[in-house]
Amino acid sequence: MRWMAATLPAVLFLSLPFFAGDFYINLASQILIAAIFALSLNLLVGYGGMTSLGHASYLGVAAYISALLTSRYGFGHGPAAVISIAGTTAMAAFFGVIALRATGLGFLMITLALSQVLWGLAYRMSNVTNGDNGIAGLTRPMPFGISLDSAAAFYWFALLVATFAFLMMTTFVSSSFGSSLKGVRDQPRRMAALGFNPWMIRWITFIYAGFWGGVSGLLYVYYNKYIHPTSLSTTSSAEALLGVIAGGSGTLGGPVVGAALVLLLKNYASAYIERWNMLLGLVFLFIVLVMPTGIVPGLSRLATGLRRGPR
Amino acid sequence: MQFWIIQGLNSLSLGGLLFLLSSGFSLIFGLMRLANLTHGAFFMLGTYFGATALRSFDGLNIWVTAIGAGIAVAAIGGLFERLVLTRLKTNPLGQVLVTLGMSFIISDACLMLWGGDSIPVPTPQNLQSPTRVLGFVFPTYRLVLVGCAIGAAIVLYFLLERTRLGAMIRAGVDDRQMARAVGIPVSNLFTVVFCLGAGIAGAGGVLGGPILSAYPGLDGDMLPLALIVVILGGIGSLLGAFIGSFIIGFIYTFGTALFPELAYIILFLPMIFVIAFRPQGLFGRVGA
Repeated sequence: MRWMAATLPAVLFLSLPFFAGDFYINLASQILIAAIFALSLNLLVGYGGMTSLGHASYLGVAAYISALLTSRYGFGHGPAAVISIAGTTAMAAFFGVIALRATGLGFLMITLALSQVLWGLAYRMSNVTNGDNGIAGLTRPMPFGISLDSAAAFYWFALLVATFAFLMMTTFVSSSFGSSLKGVRDQPRRMAALGFNPWMIRWITFIYAGFWGGVSGLLYVYYNKYIHPTSLSTTSSAEALLGVIAGGSGTLGGPVVGAALVLLLKNYASAYIERWNMLLGLVFLFIVLVMPTGIVPGLSRLATGLRRGPR
Repeated sequence: MQFWIIQGLNSLSLGGLLFLLSSGFSLIFGLMRLANLTHGAFFMLGTYFGATALRSFDGLNIWVTAIGAGIAVAAIGGLFERLVLTRLKTNPLGQVLVTLGMSFIISDACLMLWGGDSIPVPTPQNLQSPTRVLGFVFPTYRLVLVGCAIGAAIVLYFLLERTRLGAMIRAGVDDRQMARAVGIPVSNLFTVVFCLGAGIAGAGGVLGGPILSAYPGLDGDMLPLALIVVILGGIGSLLGAFIGSFIIGFIYTFGTALFPELAYIILFLPMIFVIAFRPQGLFGRVGA
């Protein structure tokens, strides 16, 4: 059963470019990017018990650094990518020191305030970030001389990175460090008594999550060839958090499913109605009130409840 | 000299508005252990209500409008608390997410109803002429606003420290289970405090209207300021919210005037400083 659950999506992902049109291939690329982003947030929310409402900071900052270096300062894509990932990771280390002074709701409020500061900065420092106009006219990199401009080529690139990211994050949570992280989430005082350093474990996880958030930001800017302050906004963080919680936080597949659902919902809904934010809010209310543990566990519980009949 | 005095007054009036916003946030957090991310949206809703009322009825008194809008926003907040938040009593994370969802709904509804253009709110006519003190010219409305915030602070102080309701709220903040055990209806108290906080934010939104005007995104501009005030002043502390509001009012106003591009960075320095050396905030008693 387990190997089937793993092969089915793998076959689907690998065969997609051979039968789908460009629109669907592009949609799949976007899902892969959102999935990396949601997985990195899930390290904090699901495995670390640290609910961050500022994860868009890492996506946005990595995207902005890369966009600025390549378009304005004439850097090549290789060095720009290295600098932007390194810069984003360093920022995560710094933000982690601040935010991890608190836990729970305090942590949430500090991450939200920090990300709002960055969002405001992107809007107001218009001589650097071009403000509300965003930075347009960016290019995609050409790894080993292969152009990524076609939908299929970019899809393969995104799939490669996403697979690597998924494996890396799976290894991270199933390692002994991952076990200590879950221990710190559930019983911080016992873990401290056992000689672990809860703060250090949380901080390292925070930095690691920031690193993968930065990677998804790079893919994001390569895909869109454009960056705007909204990618740093609370809405952007909230979409990712909704994906994690909707899919089922603390599971490996959940955030991928959730991120895909949020993205599909956004794409299809915006074709029919203008009010994406309102819909996002309503979906938030629905998920939290009706299936707080996520769609997959929620549906299975609903199924068993129906089988047992009304209580 | 005129620059410093005018900017000083602007800081005070912004601080006053921030107090109206963050005092409710802080009270709600202290009692309910709930980070109410809808608070900025409540403020914005108040501004839109005020803008609509003041522009459609000539000569309507701004104080009456503020009270009316405050009551309207309090009613919306009360419904939200009763219908949604009480269902999530055992799920603090779910509560925060729901308040976030609600803030998206409110801000998008405002965009739908009032459109994307900013709507200026008229300054009351009798407060339009400037006041002269010691040879300096002050905009009267801003002076009145500062007085208003100080008045609200005094009323809230007496409400919390000198009345039976205040005693019950304080008991709930300090030890919710013990308060319940001695017969305080904590669940009703939650609704009262939530309505009170939402109402102050709504009324503050009306009073802030002539300075800020109503525009989409006002909630997103105000909420982080309130968060920083509360993190700085200490969660659940009225005095902390008061001092924190004026500190942030000064830093933000002078930062914007002197280094417009770096205002946001400057804003975040005192927060880092406080978090590093006093994580519970300047006057905080409850750890977050």
